[in-house]
Amino acid sequence: MSPTSPTLADALEGKEVVICAGSGGVGKTTTSAAIATGLAARGLKVCVLTIDPAKRLADSLGLEELGNDARRVDPKLFEAQGVEIKGELWAMMLDPKQTFDELIARQAPDEESRDRVLQNPIYQQISGALAGSQEYMAMEKLFELHTEGDFDILVLDTPPSRNALDFLEAPRRLTQFIEGKSLKVFMKPTGFAAKVAGRGATVALSVMKRIVGFDLIADLAEFFNAFSGMVDGFQARAKRVNKLLASPTTCFLVVCGPQGEPIQEAVYFHRKLVEAKLPFGGVIVNKVHYPAEELRGDDEDLPATLAEKLGDDDLARRVAANFADYQALAERDARNIEHLAREMRATGVIRVPYLDEDVHDLAGLAQINKYLFATGEERVAMAAGRA
Amino acid sequence: MIVTGKGGVGKTTVSVALGMRAAAEGKKTIVCEVAAQENASRMFEHTTVGFHEVELEENLWAISIDPDESMREYVLLQLKVRAMRDMLFRSRIFNYLAAATPGLKELVTIGKIWELAQLDRKVKSGGKYDVVIVDAPATGHGVGFLQTPRTFANIARVGPIHSQAQTLDNFITNHDNTGVAIVALPEEMPVNESAALEHDLVNEVGVAVDRVYLNGLYPERFSKGEAEKLTALAEAEEGAPRAAARAALSEFGRAKSQRAQLARLRRRAQAPVKTLPFLFEPDLGPEAARRLSKRLA
Repeated sequence: MSPTSPTLADALEGKEVVICAGSGGVGKTTTSAAIATGLAARGLKVCVLTIDPAKRLADSLGLEELGNDARRVDPKLFEAQGVEIKGELWAMMLDPKQTFDELIARQAPDEESRDRVLQNPIYQQISGALAGSQEYMAMEKLFELHTEGDFDILVLDTPPSRNALDFLEAPRRLTQFIEGKSLKVFMKPTGFAAKVAGRGATVALSVMKRIVGFDLIADLAEFFNAFSGMVDGFQARAKRVNKLLASPTTCFLVVCGPQGEPIQEAVYFHRKLVEAKLPFGGVIVNKVHYPAEELRGDDEDLPATLAEKLGDDDLARRVAANFADYQALAERDARNIEHLAREMRATGVIRVPYLDEDVHDLAGLAQINKYLFATGEERVAMAAGRA
Repeated sequence: MIVTGKGGVGKTTVSVALGMRAAAEGKKTIVCEVAAQENASRMFEHTTVGFHEVELEENLWAISIDPDESMREYVLLQLKVRAMRDMLFRSRIFNYLAAATPGLKELVTIGKIWELAQLDRKVKSGGKYDVVIVDAPATGHGVGFLQTPRTFANIARVGPIHSQAQTLDNFITNHDNTGVAIVALPEEMPVNESAALEHDLVNEVGVAVDRVYLNGLYPERFSKGEAEKLTALAEAEEGAPRAAARAALSEFGRAKSQRAQLARLRRRAQAPVKTLPFLFEPDLGPEAARRLSKRLA
């Protein structure tokens, strides 16, 4: 890492939206919360949003629960950890179903169309239960909060997608879904069901009827029909969401772990970001085993040296063996991160060390926050216990 | 056997290890990946497994279930006439509905898993498997994924989709043929999530959770007394001895906090908890999975 490597604070200068993306299990939620904390400490009014159904953000912020409205985190909680919040830290956990309902209520031209959608059995099933709607709604809420403009900066912890692309494609899929151009032909106000049953039925539909059943087709038709008055509104909105994502005031941070597989996924995700012309801001690697810099060359006699100092041969042997295991992991991590930096052409890979203590509370968050906002040199010193 | 848990806990490694275990017992086993992750094939350095049943080693097969391919296969099985099927795939309305209907991908994926588990296979070239192991999507998605058949059974009140979704739901919730294993890590939040996941799986989805695997448990290499000696050493020394002492203290601290998490998991989980060791290896390949599989006896 070069001495001039930019810090996270530099990368986020002037940004209004920070999106933390990456595969599951890499510490995205903790990272998002720590970034939001760091920005709030620097005097900004920050809101961190999560859609994680596992309530991790609430856990890590020491809040009992989070709702679909932003809540302010008590700055006193951080003071106790030696972090002074000069700005304001807010947090919210997205309820996809409620967000979807609110969106319908806003987009519907009148109460009748609104109720037709909200009461549609297919809508009721998909808006809450099925995978996929979460990604739609995360983008929607982000856009809504950004438009309202109550915060200086928004930090989004993306849903734990199996595939990072699910999330990137959400606005486009939402548009397509609502658009239903090819369906319009079949969905005149007189009703799709009538058409299917009547003379206008096409062969394709009759085949589909055999597969899925008439009832479902009719329900689906009613569902898309109920949406028909809102198509233009949704289209316009999805376009604006896309514009926000591609804006220079937005910043995508890729979060990953140091093992081969998360690194591969991060590289893949970065490539997709570049292809989609979305603003990539940097990469954060969590749980890194830092190598012991002191060790170059003199490890030959380590067991003997340790035995002499400890006066216990067996313990010395175990300490040396354990050290060798840790060094092997550190070397693997260093190799993987080098590969990552090369593939991404990224200068400032932020490496957060694998801490001895499990990170799940404010104390852990405060510690992660220190690493995230440090320079590369400061991080190495901290990891070696010298700072 | 469906293997689930939050992201990054080693579901693929545990799935493959379970597969090896069953294969070693002489059972013809297939490990299914969903959502085109190809983690297992990467592990075996197969370029890709793809939507084919590929033999990795004796009795152990793998397949990556692609929802689009599953959909084609499903439609093919429903419509015997090729021309009709081709016409359907060309039709815009079909492609639109197939892409836009949320959950349809999950439904056809579960349908394919069900098909693999049948002894009377509908796919003519398919083998007969004794054990089907599913490397399922992560927590959150995992519950939604397994609930898909019931959701569809409710949406389509009658008709073929209704009865097929109902069949899949019955299949998943029947403990005689389907069980779930949760993979967890010995850390605070993964333990909380695993307990919550078990609760949701049992009470909301209605599946049976057979076992919780606590993966990546550090060995207890040092005693408390030794840790005190090492603390003193780390303070007094410089260079390599200091770094080695610090690494030993990290190991001691992690092993200790992990034992506390193990105790918490044992208190909170209903299903029996089985621990799997952390492997100090740069890359977890088939040999690592094999060693884990021996621990699964």
